[in-house]
Amino acid sequence: MKHKTFLWFVLPSSLAMLLFIFFPIVSVLIQSVHVDTEQVIKEVKNCGPFGCETITAVDQEATQALKRDNPLGRFAGLSTYFDRRHLALDEVRAAWGNASGAGDFFSQLLNLPFYKAMSFTLAYTFIVTPLVIIFGFIIAVAVNGAAKWVRGPLIFFSLLPMLVTPLVGSLIIFWMVDARGVIGAALQYVAGDPNLSVKASTPLTWVMLMVYGVWHSAPFAFIVYYAGLQSVNKDTLESAMIDGASRWEQIRYVIIPHLLPLTTFIALMQLMDNFRVFEPIVSFSAEAHATSLSWAIYNDLGGETRQLSSAAATSVLTILGICILLLPVLVRTWRDFNHK
Amino acid sequence: MLLRKITLAVTMALSANVAFASCGDITGKVSIVGNEFPAIQTVAKGAADCAGDAVTVTSNLTADHQKINLAGLQGDPAEYTTAIIANSSIIALMNDDVIRPLDDLIAAHGADIPKSNLITIDGKVMAVAFMANAQHLAYRKDVLAEIGVEPPTTYEELLAAAEMIREKGIMENPVGGAYKSGWNLAQEFVNMYIGHGGEFYKPGTAEVAINNAQGVATLEMMKALTGYMNPDFLTHDSNATNAEFEAGNTALMNMWGSRIGVLMDDEGAEEVVYSNIAVGGPMTVGGGTTPATTLWWDGWTVAKNTSDDNAKATFMAMKNGTSPGILNDDTMGEAVWMIEGYKPAPVNAGVFATIKAGAKPYPMLPYHGLLHTALGDNLADFLQGKESAEQALADTEAAYSTAAKEKGFLN
Repeated sequence: MKHKTFLWFVLPSSLAMLLFIFFPIVSVLIQSVHVDTEQVIKEVKNCGPFGCETITAVDQEATQALKRDNPLGRFAGLSTYFDRRHLALDEVRAAWGNASGAGDFFSQLLNLPFYKAMSFTLAYTFIVTPLVIIFGFIIAVAVNGAAKWVRGPLIFFSLLPMLVTPLVGSLIIFWMVDARGVIGAALQYVAGDPNLSVKASTPLTWVMLMVYGVWHSAPFAFIVYYAGLQSVNKDTLESAMIDGASRWEQIRYVIIPHLLPLTTFIALMQLMDNFRVFEPIVSFSAEAHATSLSWAIYNDLGGETRQLSSAAATSVLTILGICILLLPVLVRTWRDFNHK
Repeated sequence: MLLRKITLAVTMALSANVAFASCGDITGKVSIVGNEFPAIQTVAKGAADCAGDAVTVTSNLTADHQKINLAGLQGDPAEYTTAIIANSSIIALMNDDVIRPLDDLIAAHGADIPKSNLITIDGKVMAVAFMANAQHLAYRKDVLAEIGVEPPTTYEELLAAAEMIREKGIMENPVGGAYKSGWNLAQEFVNMYIGHGGEFYKPGTAEVAINNAQGVATLEMMKALTGYMNPDFLTHDSNATNAEFEAGNTALMNMWGSRIGVLMDDEGAEEVVYSNIAVGGPMTVGGGTTPATTLWWDGWTVAKNTSDDNAKATFMAMKNGTSPGILNDDTMGEAVWMIEGYKPAPVNAGVFATIKAGAKPYPMLPYHGLLHTALGDNLADFLQGKESAEQALADTEAAYSTAAKEKGFLN
């Protein structure tokens, strides 16, 4: 393709990306280095159906005047990034100084909201992503090996978890693992503990969220692998068979190398998706046990007083986190590309 | 039969006319945003009666109203001309200066609104309240009769009763509570802390001060209560708590007055459960005299960024929506209406008892929303036994101070 043709070809999507992705990110960046102007507080008399009392309120005239002078708020530099709700530099330094040992340091660290969210986000990402790849691959090989007439229905059922809306899917599982639900009651029976509750235990909640994540995303890996399996070179497979390769050896030496580029693609997508884990935490009401960066953004914006700067800083940190996560995969792709 | 139908139709048309007449001579648009429950639907319907050739009335009632009302009022002209709010959610609208003082409109058209319904802040009327709400005791008569105990009036008595119910093997976890991590959990702390006589801030400032003896006592009492709750309590909001009660799994709980009607009707529960549900007043705690609960009002406001014609139309329509005309046999039990001609039903006895017991209103402070969020995020660790009460309170204070600095309340 000529450079000029290529340019015209990508122009519409580049423009759209500039407008709807790049500019919003820039605005978030600007928001994150500003905080609200000072609120002028005054004491006022407040009367209502339950009597009168003296309370403090925002002095609108004075505050609006300040806001008019500084429509963006006060410039705060990186202070929002370093405050207690984000990187918490002061608190981490203090914990490093007064901790009695490594264990104590980590428990102090995990008491800070950002690191608490990070611990679950990273655990979720690094446990769910490989499991999704493994399960997706196993399902794809199994479906591909099944008789032709059952493949249609099999594919449909394997895709179901992805077709169900995440919120609905997680709510169904949430009710099933309830102490009085099918899975919850079965677990109590198996464990022999009538008081066992998945929702009340932090480790079990983590397991539940991760099982949900694998259940929801495995079909994505499956369908990509299944498509890849259709293009496996039949001649190579046949010659391997003639050479006496077992079914496992065929998979190991023919199919897996063939599917490797697809694995890179799935890993990339899944790392990005899982790092932004959000819906299951809300629909499983798991806030008490597990939080994530995306949940922190939602929580900042959902209160009666919206905390835009804090949410913006967390958003920027999320983008940075994803960039760091994807770096190894991207470097690898770049090397492969240059190699060719 | 036909004649009766016709008479009925004529009377309805006439009453509709009467309603229309009370809206006065208005033009423009009325656009309502508010929470969604039966009482507010009734108000929106009453306001819609003012619709005519020159006036359009639309409403957007949703449980997520707090997420959209500020944005919907900030534009110029504003998307909504009125927001139906409560004493906590009016703060966000006041902080951003998007609702207008109603004194002029009241002087011209609102002489018949009861003075006690006017929410006056710094000498200016900012909202008109139309209903009251509060959390109070709800219990099972039959279960308390079985253990031979009077309905508790303090949380200590409630704990004793819960222990007896468990000992007798009637219920394993007899106490219900909306302790879901987040807003609900923070609300229970606010209730209990007020009951212990605690002050949230250093007087006259936005500096938080909850890490004290009352704060620790509050958390200890909450933890003692959770010992008698379903182990999943950190995932139970008001809906789930009600469901547990209707399923016959709990016998004692602190519940919103606006949700008692759903409990007492014959849907969703067996007869032995719904026919035995009764309400009591609010409970005190730790020998205090202030009930461990908060009073709430729901009211309506008028947008600042809208034309004077729209504001007048909105004022008249909302006044009509909260006038004695909306009260009938169906709507009477929907809420504790602060409207003339309202006759309390048994379901509302709890809210009345709460008002009479001298409960405090939920704090109407510009920075209290930030503390509520911080409480909701930081108390669960203590209730799960992961950290001490002092640590949980210190975390809450630190989280609040960080947020308050960002919002410009603290330096």
